[in-house]
Amino acid sequence: MAKIIVDGKEVEVPDHYTLLQAAEEAGAEIPRFCFHERLSIAGNCRMCLVEAKGGPPKPVASCAMGVKDMRPGPNGEPPEIFTNTPMVKKAREGVMEFLLINHPLDCPICDQGGECDLQDQAMAFGIDESRYSENKRAVEDKYVGPLVKTIMTRCIHCTRCVRFSTEVAGVSELGLLGRGEDAEITTYLEKAMTSELQGNVIDLCPVGALTSKPYAFQARPWELTKTETIDVMDAVGSSIRVDTRGSEVMRIMPRVNEATNEEWISDKTRFIWDGLKTQRLDRPYIRKNGKLTAASWSEAFAVIAEKVNGTAPENIGAIAGDLSSVEEIYAMRELMSALGSANTDCRPENSALDPALGRSSYIFNTTIEGIEDADAILLVGTNPRKEASVLNARIRKRWRTGEAMVGLLGEDADLTYDAVHVGAGPDSISFLDKKMTKAKSRMFIIGEAVANRKDGAAVLQKLAGIALRHGIARDDWNGFNVLHTAAARVGGLDLGFVPGEGGKSTGEMLRESEVLFLLGADELDMIERRSGFTVYIGSHGDVGAHHADVILPGAAYTEKSGTWVNTEGRVQMGQRAGFAPGEAREDWAILRAMSEALVKTLPFDSLAQLRAALYEAHPHFAEIDEVMESDTSGVEALAKRKGGRLTKAAFKSPIDDFYLTNPIARSSAVMAECSARAKGEFAEAAE
Amino acid sequence: MLQDKDRIFTNIYGLHDKSLKGAMSRGHWSGTAGFIKKGRDWVIDQTKASGLRGRGGAGFPTGLKWSFMPKEPSERPHYLVINADESEPGTCKDRDIMRHDPHTLIEGCLIAGFAMGAHACYIYVRGEYMREREALEAAINECYDANLLGKNNKNGWDYDIYVHHGAGAYICGEETALLESLEGKKGQPRLKPPFPANVGLYGCPTTVNNVESVAVVPTILRRGPDWFAGFGRENNRGTKLFCVSGHVNTPCTVEEEMSIPFRELIDKHCGGVRGGNDNLLAVIPGGSSVRMVPADQMIDTPMDFDSLSALGSGLGTAAVIVMDKSTDIIRAIARLAAFYKHESCGQCTPCREGTGWMWRVMERMVEGRAEKREIDMLFDVTKQIEGHTICALGDAAAWPIQGLINHFRPEMEARIDSYTYRSSKDGAVLEAAE
Repeated sequence: MAKIIVDGKEVEVPDHYTLLQAAEEAGAEIPRFCFHERLSIAGNCRMCLVEAKGGPPKPVASCAMGVKDMRPGPNGEPPEIFTNTPMVKKAREGVMEFLLINHPLDCPICDQGGECDLQDQAMAFGIDESRYSENKRAVEDKYVGPLVKTIMTRCIHCTRCVRFSTEVAGVSELGLLGRGEDAEITTYLEKAMTSELQGNVIDLCPVGALTSKPYAFQARPWELTKTETIDVMDAVGSSIRVDTRGSEVMRIMPRVNEATNEEWISDKTRFIWDGLKTQRLDRPYIRKNGKLTAASWSEAFAVIAEKVNGTAPENIGAIAGDLSSVEEIYAMRELMSALGSANTDCRPENSALDPALGRSSYIFNTTIEGIEDADAILLVGTNPRKEASVLNARIRKRWRTGEAMVGLLGEDADLTYDAVHVGAGPDSISFLDKKMTKAKSRMFIIGEAVANRKDGAAVLQKLAGIALRHGIARDDWNGFNVLHTAAARVGGLDLGFVPGEGGKSTGEMLRESEVLFLLGADELDMIERRSGFTVYIGSHGDVGAHHADVILPGAAYTEKSGTWVNTEGRVQMGQRAGFAPGEAREDWAILRAMSEALVKTLPFDSLAQLRAALYEAHPHFAEIDEVMESDTSGVEALAKRKGGRLTKAAFKSPIDDFYLTNPIARSSAVMAECSARAKGEFAEAAE
Repeated sequence: MLQDKDRIFTNIYGLHDKSLKGAMSRGHWSGTAGFIKKGRDWVIDQTKASGLRGRGGAGFPTGLKWSFMPKEPSERPHYLVINADESEPGTCKDRDIMRHDPHTLIEGCLIAGFAMGAHACYIYVRGEYMREREALEAAINECYDANLLGKNNKNGWDYDIYVHHGAGAYICGEETALLESLEGKKGQPRLKPPFPANVGLYGCPTTVNNVESVAVVPTILRRGPDWFAGFGRENNRGTKLFCVSGHVNTPCTVEEEMSIPFRELIDKHCGGVRGGNDNLLAVIPGGSSVRMVPADQMIDTPMDFDSLSALGSGLGTAAVIVMDKSTDIIRAIARLAAFYKHESCGQCTPCREGTGWMWRVMERMVEGRAEKREIDMLFDVTKQIEGHTICALGDAAAWPIQGLINHFRPEMEARIDSYTYRSSKDGAVLEAAE
């Protein structure tokens, strides 16, 4: 710890603190543009200048000067800095004036207006007139892709975007070209950015130089209602803020959550929102003579009731999809058990994940924050860059410290960090057993897709065995991790939404069940379903709806209050930011209403009552934002379970197209453009 | 006046043989192995005792700088980097050393590298210096052939010298920007601290020295620090290469003792100011980035660090730019403003935005197309840049203009008056008012 006096107030701060952090500790506000907690220090905006006592008669950049670099006073007093002297005020005004002379001051037509660092700090630390009578510099706008709009005349060259793409995203695509006044931020030859985290540069940009292209000229920040909720695009469960005007979602922004997403979100999370407005199911439909025709709720329920009543319970099934919340899966399970059917599943076909083995057999036990303590990470059959981009950035962050090595067993891919490719398929697993590193905190990150292979159980058994034998999974550090790809999966497994006694699994239900309820399940191979009656409950007209006999319109994730459990097993509550369109209803309410039509009325009339029943049956869902403590018993059970034989097939990431992994994304024009561009680029490269 | 026997750079004009053989015949490379036998501390102590101050502009004591390098070698190697990116307008001393007397530099590199425990030296040569680089590389190859450099060489200190050719950016003469450029990155100055002596080239302890500072060291060791300290005034010891350019009859680079009065310097070596010494208007005594000194203050000033900084200027690189009364002094400074605008790296705000602003105002000042209050504004802008930037280029851009305003404000006001008079005579002001 080091002592320092800020404006006469003595504070004690850790040695590695900069003057800026120390001043904040002491309650002194210091303006800044280039400094960002999660990026390297550039020290180039010069806005954070403070006066140091006893130093040279010039101000120092507080973001770049460490507390321990300061000279103590002549009699050993702590070093002293000032943040409110005339010298500091003059310096700030000077820098602000320089920043503004070539800034276009087009705030009225700037999308950053109202949430602009430059605007705010000019108000607080600038002067109210301009002395600059020359022509302002104009900079040509650059094309950097379909997501980020550039108005480069506004750029103040803080290089936050350059540092983000180089350091966090791990793709050196942005840079500062030219020098002096002519320096410009651009991608090389205006090539589109390829990072799946590129949207974050919009938030990082302190001015309106980089703004959201889809959101351009759509809304002003002060007319938006902000709802803090949870993202469902992947199993990380990023904390997001949904900005709405009326019930229309205008944009999605990240929230700071050190446990999951720090303050980054993937482009899919950020730019999905136009998909919430298209392809929506806004009223019930019934298939008549092979064609879907609009119907009322009661007509739809009547058709379902007739069909269900005429079917034996063992021929009725329910499959939960990738985006469903815990509440609706719970309601579905209650309804199915009321109907007397054990045919429920929330997993893809052939999944070897089994909640009966214990929770630690299917969650990300180390936790996402735990990645930062890992010494060695082995990725098995996963491409986290596509499956959980934000988590991939966390691995990269750890890798960048130089204290962790990363290995990759599976499909070779550019993960933005150097991963040692140790093999392509399960036949390399025995090699692992022999050559395992002796590092202290080792992690297996096993893609969910591994469990869906024909030899999924065998691979899991082998890996669990190795994890236990080599002390990777032990009492104080459980390094056995399953990286899920679907937001609903862990919640469904926690609920035990898997086949009961004699129940059928996903594939069997698809092929055999006479009546099948699809709760937002769109990632199924519907070709398999040649006969039978299908009820689709969901928000978008996608694969499931196309093959349905009755469609019940549900709510998307921004339109309902729901619980999701991320891949770590962290229970998180999403809030409703707007209402579902037309006659669409929240999914739990649809199930409650349908249960009445089936004369199996579910015992709750409100979401609160549903949650009360849910929490009684599964108390851990009440622990919002927490990860329930788990042990290695699940891993042990997995290692003991009969696995069968390994095959020779190579591991493969389940995600071919990062931008089109769920029905909302497939309805989004922005995602479609990104996807086409990504594919087009690959085609070009192949030529 | 310095006598020929006391000159360090005996072939600065290239009149003699510049090969290793020639250099040895003039006394270079003699006793080098003996200096190395005497140890690191001896070399540093001798250099300290000689009072040698850095010849690159800042005038930091060279021996002291070397002593900042870690004493005990760690797993990180030490590096010596020679700043031969001589780009300061008016300065042309290092190029003469490199092309005509390269062995002074190479021998100096070996001794300086030894003094800081470095086994490798990088010489960063300015991009435009083609012939200089060729001469230097040829000389280095000669030394390798003669086993004066390389592994197990005659001098008893394993040493390699690499010549790196810059790409022509002025900012790469700033020591940390030079290191960035040497590492293959964009030449932008680094934040300090950490200083290069702790974290320099490739993160290793590094000292960056000017060509001349290092090239004089072998001769100092040979003739003793007392000999070197016998020249110049207290705190400004030794001999120095002066590059006199501009309105003198015979511009030249000449080695002279420090603290030689300006009048003696130009009279003895440059044939005096064009049209007589009364025709002197002002002098920029240390390369473009110091403030100018008007004739009356300059003429009898001793040319050294302390007396020039007492005049609000500096010795800098001792690039003396002489301007006689035919000079359009405002235009001269506007040209320098254009130079700094062009060479600003664009990293930090005050310099990036300020240099362009100053240049534009200066261009109008040249014509007189300005308001008198803008002179104060311009001065204020220079003050807003000075001391607020990462490196000293901001200061360097501000000082020439400050010097102009301090000493030639009436000239600037007269220019504005004359423009306004002409405009009103032509009716422009009336028209504009309508």
